[in-house]
Amino acid sequence: MSSSPSGLELGAQAHGLEGRMVADPESGGELLEVAMGPHHPSTHGVFRMDVTLDGERIVRLKPVFGYLHRNHEKLGEGQTYLASIPYTDRLDYICSLTNNWAYALAVEKLAGQEVPERAEYLRVIVGELTRVQNHALSVGFLIQDMGASGTPLMYGFKEREKILDLFESLTGSRMMCNYMRFGGVRVDATEEWLNQARKVVAGLPKFADEFEALLVTNEILMARTQGVGILPPKLAISAGVTGPLLRASGVNYDLRKVDHYSIYDRFDFKVPLGDHWDVYDRFMIRLLELRQSIRILEQALKDIPAGPVMDPKARIRNFRPKAGEAYGRIEAPKGELGFYLISDGGPNPYRYRVRPPSFMNLTILEDMCLGQNVADVVLILGSVDIVLGEVDR
Amino acid sequence: MAVDEKLKIELGKQGVLVTTLQELYNWGRRSSVWPMNFGLACCAIEMIATTMARYDIARFGAEVFRPSPRQADMMIISGTVTKKMAPQVVRLYNQMGEPRYVIAMGACAISGGPFKQGYNVLKGIDRYIPVDVHIPGCPPRPEALLEAFITLQKKIDAQPLTGEGRPRFLDAEAPGEFPVPDQGQHDLEPPSNRSVWPVPITLGNRE
Amino acid sequence: MKTVEEIKAAIEAAVPGAGVEIVPNPGPSAQHSLLLKPERAVEVAKFLRDDPELALDHLSNVTGVDWLDKEITEKVKVTRTVTKTVDGVEQPIEETVEETRKRVEPGYLEVVYHLFSVAKKHGPVVLRMRTGNRSDQVELPSMTRVWRSAEFQEREIFDLYGVVFKGHPDLRRILMWEGFKDHPMRKDYVEPDDFEYEPTAHDEVLRRAQAHRALEAAAAGKGAAQ
Repeated sequence: MSSSPSGLELGAQAHGLEGRMVADPESGGELLEVAMGPHHPSTHGVFRMDVTLDGERIVRLKPVFGYLHRNHEKLGEGQTYLASIPYTDRLDYICSLTNNWAYALAVEKLAGQEVPERAEYLRVIVGELTRVQNHALSVGFLIQDMGASGTPLMYGFKEREKILDLFESLTGSRMMCNYMRFGGVRVDATEEWLNQARKVVAGLPKFADEFEALLVTNEILMARTQGVGILPPKLAISAGVTGPLLRASGVNYDLRKVDHYSIYDRFDFKVPLGDHWDVYDRFMIRLLELRQSIRILEQALKDIPAGPVMDPKARIRNFRPKAGEAYGRIEAPKGELGFYLISDGGPNPYRYRVRPPSFMNLTILEDMCLGQNVADVVLILGSVDIVLGEVDR
Repeated sequence: MAVDEKLKIELGKQGVLVTTLQELYNWGRRSSVWPMNFGLACCAIEMIATTMARYDIARFGAEVFRPSPRQADMMIISGTVTKKMAPQVVRLYNQMGEPRYVIAMGACAISGGPFKQGYNVLKGIDRYIPVDVHIPGCPPRPEALLEAFITLQKKIDAQPLTGEGRPRFLDAEAPGEFPVPDQGQHDLEPPSNRSVWPVPITLGNRE
Repeated sequence: MKTVEEIKAAIEAAVPGAGVEIVPNPGPSAQHSLLLKPERAVEVAKFLRDDPELALDHLSNVTGVDWLDKEITEKVKVTRTVTKTVDGVEQPIEETVEETRKRVEPGYLEVVYHLFSVAKKHGPVVLRMRTGNRSDQVELPSMTRVWRSAEFQEREIFDLYGVVFKGHPDLRRILMWEGFKDHPMRKDYVEPDDFEYEPTAHDEVLRRAQAHRALEAAAAGKGAAQ
């Protein structure tokens, strides 16, 4: 290579990418290695991809993790079962309540506990509200990555603030709710809160209409996303992909229907599936799931019974489950969120493992990006919908 | 040289604006602090919420988030700094041009927060770079970030342009570059930069 | 779905000499697991994935567990012959003594796989594999060729536990940086001592900060003496 930088290198530097040229043994030409991240505006946090480019085309992509590795599992093994609940909030920090739920479910499996009916309803209500705000946000971020700076994301955030206000008045915190306990939920919802929730939910279809009118038939969006980042179903299943990403590949696998956990059998809702397996399908699946969540919310807020919200037999302090192990999982907004716990009879879990959906969904990032243009990587990553707190734990 | 406050108001009523160079200069500096588009963890979501319609940090002249450190004036350390990330954070800070400010947002950026006992968590970013404003909270609410920002503006306002306490970029002696820690076999080397961070004396560690 | 016993029988019929053992789970979740022999594990895994009735195509969760060496103290009654002088004559006499013996049960690293079926919508089936010990016999076969989802999770186990997966296409550290030496999720991992300044009232943190100061004071004292 000559000492003066090539045009490609200069271009990479101008875009804030540090690049270097390597010889391509096959074609005899030169490939460009670029490190995208860990500080990059479209990596949704501190994620890094080592990309090798042949012109604009991607020939190799290796994700690099660990920039937000906060030792969640090690800390979980050094403290009691109860003390881990606030930590689960910080896994996928957009959806703290579903994280609480998955953990509570795993501990309930481990200790064989029951949950009262009203608590199950409250869990479904806050869980589906979480899904609505996550999908609104993830679509907003995806469009932001596409270059529509601001507007769609502001729509998402506007609706999210209303839902966060509900969370705050119920749990005391906007983001880190720390709401669920094994054997129920921490506090009961008042009638005023339920009425307020009904009001917010009644406003959600209008938001969904606006959001869809703004985006779905947008020509630029369609041109950028259709046929990009194709993920065939067979590969998706083998790679452990779950959540909207798997369903966009046309695989009907929603844990709310498959595992029959909690009280989801009582509600009438559909599982939307994609048939083109591309970024546009993933974007549409999220909008359609948002609609289905609104349906569940309407039913749950109508039927919620009176009663206790904690199992009176449940022990919160001095909790020592019998020796054994359990794997519990739920359908979190990003996919299958599982907790694997081993108890040795002591107050702390012997092994505390989180099965994070975003981390697993990144397994096929390289497969989806190969042969695409470098500008599409940002979109494909956005359509996976990752949160680094969960990827690196 | 300060202008008499009463005289200034009186002249203002007559339509005459009187100010000092320092006030004008600092007013300009504090009203266009551009933050870096740099999210680390949970707090980053609240940082984004602060820029959105409800809290609207644009009211304070700081809505222009710049992805490149070269174009940014302020770095909001929004979340846990891990030992794997710490060298990059210091490097990004070194790449920012003066004047530059740092807000440590949230418990993790201040001290490691709830993740303090983790083996890969840096116990406070002020071990490597100077921090101007700390905001506690996990995560701090958007209002808290606005408060931190207003505090920073007050700090800029109070800076004299000459003599003791002048901003770093007007002081030729002040350090411009901070050493980037290495990732060693077990831990960061060195574990802290003692010239930036002398171990504070508290009741707990006084001999 | 089949019970663990039935799955074990099916595996043994399909892969002769697989040597599968059932590890019972005494807890209320009753998720029993199957312990595989590392030598035949990949064959068993392929069978589980391809068998039309089981069709376990979704490897959900892979994780490591560290089991330390266990020191077992037990009291054993031992009969031994002692030569004693009775009535001026030396003669062997048998006597029973209670002896405390210590036995070290070697620890091992364990890898746990949770399998589900997307096609049949059932699960979980739990598989386990164990290494020989915790230091030099830490090799296990990689499942990445059978299920792609093992790729990153096995790298994570390699990073945090130090299990070496044979046949893994790209076995590197994933969460910690290159050049890091330890395996931090192991139970006997010693964390770096960087607790110089601890304003918190958390007992554990305070104790570590005090230990750090004591070390520093000792080092300073040594420096002054020289």
